[in-house]
Amino acid sequence: MTAAVKAAPAVIVDRKAIRRQRFLGVAYLLMAAVVAYFLTGDLQGSQTSTFLLKPAGNQGGLDVPSIVVPSLIVVYLAAAICAALGAIQLVRGFGARWAIVLGVVVVAFVFAFLTWAAAGKSMSLIGILQLTVQKSLPITFGALSGVLCERAGVVNIAIEGMLLSGAFTGAVVGSATGSNLIGLVAAALVGAALAGVLAVLAIRYRMNQIVAGTVINIFASGLTSFVASRVLQSHRELNEPTKFSSIPIPVLSDIPILGPMFFSGNLFYYLLFALIGLIHYGLFYTRWGLRVRAVGEHPRAADTVGINVIFTRYRNVILGGVVAGIGGAYFTLGSTGSFVHDMTGGRGFIGLAAMIFGGWTPIGGFLASLIFGFADSLQARLSILNVSVPSEFLLMVPYLVTIIVVAGLVGRVRMPAADGTPYDKG
Amino acid sequence: MPVLAIFSALVIGAVVIVLSDLTFFERLRADPALALGSALDEVFRAYGALFTGALGSPSTYVDAFTSGDTARMTQAFVPLSETMLSATPLIFTGLAVALGFQCGLFNIGAEGQLYVGAMFGTFAGFFFAGLPWFIHLPLAIGFGFLGGALWGFIPGLLKARTGAHEVIVTIMLNYTAYNLISWILKVPGYQREGRSDPISKVTLDTSWYPVLIDGLRANWGFILGLAAAVLVSWFLFRSTRGFEFRAVGFNPTAARYAGMSIASTTIMAMTLSGGLAGLAGTSVVLGVTHSLTFGVSGGFGFDGIAIALMAGSKPRGIILASLLFGALRAGATPMQSITGVPIDLVVVIQALVIMFVAAPALVREIYRIRVPETTGLETFSQGWRA
Repeated sequence: MTAAVKAAPAVIVDRKAIRRQRFLGVAYLLMAAVVAYFLTGDLQGSQTSTFLLKPAGNQGGLDVPSIVVPSLIVVYLAAAICAALGAIQLVRGFGARWAIVLGVVVVAFVFAFLTWAAAGKSMSLIGILQLTVQKSLPITFGALSGVLCERAGVVNIAIEGMLLSGAFTGAVVGSATGSNLIGLVAAALVGAALAGVLAVLAIRYRMNQIVAGTVINIFASGLTSFVASRVLQSHRELNEPTKFSSIPIPVLSDIPILGPMFFSGNLFYYLLFALIGLIHYGLFYTRWGLRVRAVGEHPRAADTVGINVIFTRYRNVILGGVVAGIGGAYFTLGSTGSFVHDMTGGRGFIGLAAMIFGGWTPIGGFLASLIFGFADSLQARLSILNVSVPSEFLLMVPYLVTIIVVAGLVGRVRMPAADGTPYDKG
Repeated sequence: MPVLAIFSALVIGAVVIVLSDLTFFERLRADPALALGSALDEVFRAYGALFTGALGSPSTYVDAFTSGDTARMTQAFVPLSETMLSATPLIFTGLAVALGFQCGLFNIGAEGQLYVGAMFGTFAGFFFAGLPWFIHLPLAIGFGFLGGALWGFIPGLLKARTGAHEVIVTIMLNYTAYNLISWILKVPGYQREGRSDPISKVTLDTSWYPVLIDGLRANWGFILGLAAAVLVSWFLFRSTRGFEFRAVGFNPTAARYAGMSIASTTIMAMTLSGGLAGLAGTSVVLGVTHSLTFGVSGGFGFDGIAIALMAGSKPRGIILASLLFGALRAGATPMQSITGVPIDLVVVIQALVIMFVAAPALVREIYRIRVPETTGLETFSQGWRA
């Protein structure tokens, strides 16, 4: 298989590009048709949609006006944009700018949908955006954990289990000690411990990494649920940690839209931004990162120039565990405030998808997480708005898009070459 | 080996039971001997309840048979019947995952395939009215297989054509299937009349699996599961196609040079695997609940992974592992209601069993066994590579 990929002549790449171009073109036209047909049916010409851009509770700061748009016109406009871009895409393609065009189409589609949902009503757009960031936080932590492990060549499918254990530990230790900071540290340590188990199984015992990860996931789910129903139900005082309170950053939090989204959160927000920057800088601009990537791409070559492959992998997997543990603590110490059985609900797997979607980079992973977070947030809001459209189909979109990306139907993502392969020093 | 793995898992499970009782530490300080004694007592009570909940208690059997009362005799077999009932979908999902493993594919999507299979099977169950059962039941089962097969075909096709890794695609399809169910359970004509909660119409009784013995819930779905295991075993180890499956799983490069088509084998393996998972869906809908809700899966798809791992992807082992997991599931509820030890203990034990089975080196180190063994697990895909 690998040999075939390496030897792929330019012709095949071309054919792939043409297939991509056609696929995208047809997809855009379909989206235009969906918008023009389904979203205009029950709209009257005089209806307007109002989007609130100022958070409800926020009294201070700048006054941000709401956006009021004529519903029907905006929906048709969005359909026209999608159709025009689809036609151009089919005829001649956009070359390297496909990602921007895809972004424009998706935004037009989503905005048309929101306009339709809010026709004759007002909708808190800022609320949706705030919730988007909030929902994407644990997913991003998961994606970052994955980036750290997989750039060094170890597949980490146990992110889900690490998030769950982090959430549990954060709640219990945070309550028992009365300090949420100690809870956070404990969660990070437990994440590291699980990652250590994964590392030993995968690197030392050379167990299949996906199996090892699956075992850790099942184990974490079982143990946390067991202890939660055996101990936490009768000792509620062990499941009442104080949450981290939000710390609005003085000037930045007053920026319209972006301020309430990114700069009014709690410690986890800033920790995450710092981690994204740190990992991005570390991976791509430092000697440390070059070595990590060398281990993930070509461990033999790395070994030859004197990099300790085994040590690098252990260290990165454990660092990944720390990040996932912190992300898990967000569920209890940053968001809901108490542990509930299986509360991570597959966010670890979504984080994995976000990592792949984002091309194994921290920033890409964050952007992909925002898309998943947006879907999550929309789900929560749509149920309040009582929208008649089957919102399930909208919710499927991020998963389907991930499949499409992984299948290389749009753009390409390239994984670390030695990802998932145990290193044999021999 | 599996016996040692189960034994080790039960021992660690016991430790978890004792340590998770916060009063244990206080009692340990007051009177160590007494505390240890009562802890042991608690463990034995919990495992005892698990055992009798899964297999029935000897005294009940003896009483029932000496009384000669048929109703009481049937009653005595209820735990055993519940074990078979829980084992049925596990056999199917276990076979589904194992079939993928044998072909070098990790089908994490048995859960989603089960959902779609159950969705199709339920539809056939309530839609085709007026058929005799010997036509309706196979039809509904066939629909279930079809639904699961469709959901398995997609990742197979994508893997074969584009190299998209089946683990990611099947995880995504799990969520897609969940949303699909969530939608269809609200569609008029599928949703039960007069209900606002997500629940399907009741399937007609001509589409139900007949029960094995009147008064017990165990049904012919279990027998179908055994038959499927025999069939899969024959297919994998006695048929040409099955040989190709295993060859591709064992060494794709060699298989290609031998003239086998990796693409078509991959597609077929994922489709069949999905179909088997779809049958698991029918075994729940047509055998137990008789209508579709979100709760149809109950994690059978993920347990299927555990079972396939534990059985080393061998059909005979899958039946045994499914019976074990089914017994744990069936015994867990009585254990919780009698002794207060939560159901989730079973999941801990399951994870430990898989870990010990999948890492035989660990068990060998604990018990100082020297004989090296192969697990049959080394063959399937590593990482995300196509």
